[in-house]
Amino acid sequence: MTPADGAAPLLALERFCVAYGRVEAVHEVSLNVPEGSIVTILGPNGAGKTTLLSAIMGVLPARGGATFRGAPLGRRSVEERVQDGMSLVAEKRELFVTMSVEDNLRLGGFRRRGTAAFDEALEAMWRLFPRLDERRSQLAGTLSGGERQMLATARALMSGPRLLMLDEPSLGLAPLIVKEVFRIIAELRRTGVSILLVEQNARAALEAADYAYVLENGEVVLEGPAADLRQDERVIATYLGIKSVAT
Amino acid sequence: MTLPPLRGHVGLRAEAGRGPSREVVPARVTGTALDLSISLILLQDGVVNAAIYALLALAMVLLFTVTRVIFVPIGEFVSFGALTLAALEAGHMPGTAWLLVLFGLAAAVATLWAERRNLTTRIWLKTLGETIVLPAAIVGLVLLLAPLKPPQAVQVALALLMTAPLGLYMYATVYRPIAEASVLVLLIVSVALHIALVGLGLVFFGAEGSRTTALSEASLALGDLVVSGQALSVLAVTAALIAGLYLFFERTLIGKALQATAVNRLGARLVGISPAFSGRFAFGLAALIGTLGGILISPLTTVYYDTGFIIGLKGFVAAIIGGLVSYPIAAAAAILVGVIESFASFFASELKEVIVFMIIVPILLIRSRGALVLEDEE
Repeated sequence: MTPADGAAPLLALERFCVAYGRVEAVHEVSLNVPEGSIVTILGPNGAGKTTLLSAIMGVLPARGGATFRGAPLGRRSVEERVQDGMSLVAEKRELFVTMSVEDNLRLGGFRRRGTAAFDEALEAMWRLFPRLDERRSQLAGTLSGGERQMLATARALMSGPRLLMLDEPSLGLAPLIVKEVFRIIAELRRTGVSILLVEQNARAALEAADYAYVLENGEVVLEGPAADLRQDERVIATYLGIKSVAT
Repeated sequence: MTLPPLRGHVGLRAEAGRGPSREVVPARVTGTALDLSISLILLQDGVVNAAIYALLALAMVLLFTVTRVIFVPIGEFVSFGALTLAALEAGHMPGTAWLLVLFGLAAAVATLWAERRNLTTRIWLKTLGETIVLPAAIVGLVLLLAPLKPPQAVQVALALLMTAPLGLYMYATVYRPIAEASVLVLLIVSVALHIALVGLGLVFFGAEGSRTTALSEASLALGDLVVSGQALSVLAVTAALIAGLYLFFERTLIGKALQATAVNRLGARLVGISPAFSGRFAFGLAALIGTLGGILISPLTTVYYDTGFIIGLKGFVAAIIGGLVSYPIAAAAAILVGVIESFASFFASELKEVIVFMIIVPILLIRSRGALVLEDEE
């Protein structure tokens, strides 16, 4: 599946720029996330991947075109974007560390509290993440790294998103848990959630994704179907950090 | 022997004439030694005042953790709550009515401006309903009921209804537009708002002080100690409010959302809890608690338009001892403040404020040596 196929994409960025003051961290990025797909953004540290996700979520201000579900995002607030069906699992997870696992999850569904969908989502999360079920009343701050990642993902899913953005979901996790994280990502796609994935672990990301973008110094230097990029010599080289794709 | 009340520096129990057995005469004047019965009376007075300080301290901790605002004007809610109740008791229209309409209008303008980019019919109706229709309805209700001299419970309800919404309007007008500012800027704005409100208080309530009748005339004899009904009411209301707050924060999702904002502001936004939602709720709650504090105090001491400040400041001492983050430490510290104040007024009545505010010095020294640093931004 490529962005060219089928209907209008769920998320479309057109010459999207993000700046910290006068320093531009993301420059004229154009990117599509088609409905029901997994799209990954690869790139070295400091390429602007986290900045890009934060700006899509509305945490950072941006310039350029951005439409979500066919409507321009404009200056919609973070909270409104959550309401629209966007959800971000931030690199730092941003959990409520002094609160229980269950409270974290319930707060994830804050915008649709009191609905039947809220209760169903909560039940679905316990099934999807049995480890969290075992630790319902444990404080989020006492969880291991992998459990925190699962809790952050489950919390993000509680709002019933159409687009889930994951920022470095495997960061700092043991290989076995990384595998588990990617198993869950694949499972999520079957439930109809589209995923925008930022990953350092490019090999795993390219295996899970349909389409990939490579970001360097805030610009897209390469894009294509994930299967093609897996074969791309330049991409293989970048995984190993030998040289830049652009050169 | 009665000391003349010190204007503007009236502590809770600076005035005498509170019933035959309740008059505490400074030891220095009479040479009275501190015996058990006097100690018990001092302790009782201290605990009653402490209950009110505790309420204010909890409100300040709540507001600081959720919005990072140090809410200096909480004292004005104490004054305005007490003076509103006193006016209602006298069958007058309280000056709060004008304040309510004025702040409502300001909040309407500020809210519509803040929402100018997505002004749907729903937002128009909601904003105008909350800021114009609601104050008008409250004022209308008071106009209707005030001349009838309704029972005390109704007066208390009306006083709460007239005063507490001011907190919501202050948030919309003053704090929401600068919600992202630093703690220092927010503090400076709080001080400015406090000064403005004291001025408005003088305009709308006048310079005379008022005292209301006790919530309960009953009294309870425990051996030597006669506990007044008012003291019991203060303690009962405080206990109920603390229990209510506890249940609100532990058992409801909205309470948890406020906690979540306090724990991790970005995390809260990412799950769709807007800072404006939490801010409004926290300000509404703090204003309600402050007003209730004023209503509880009003039969204990004569309240002037500027009395609330010094009372709020004592709540603030307790909140500071709790590091502005800990509810239990703040509540315990409030008891300490109340009891120290009470005993200080026996031994050195003219120095009691000095003694109370001196407590904060060693506490600040100890706390600043520890790991606890109040971060400006997270």
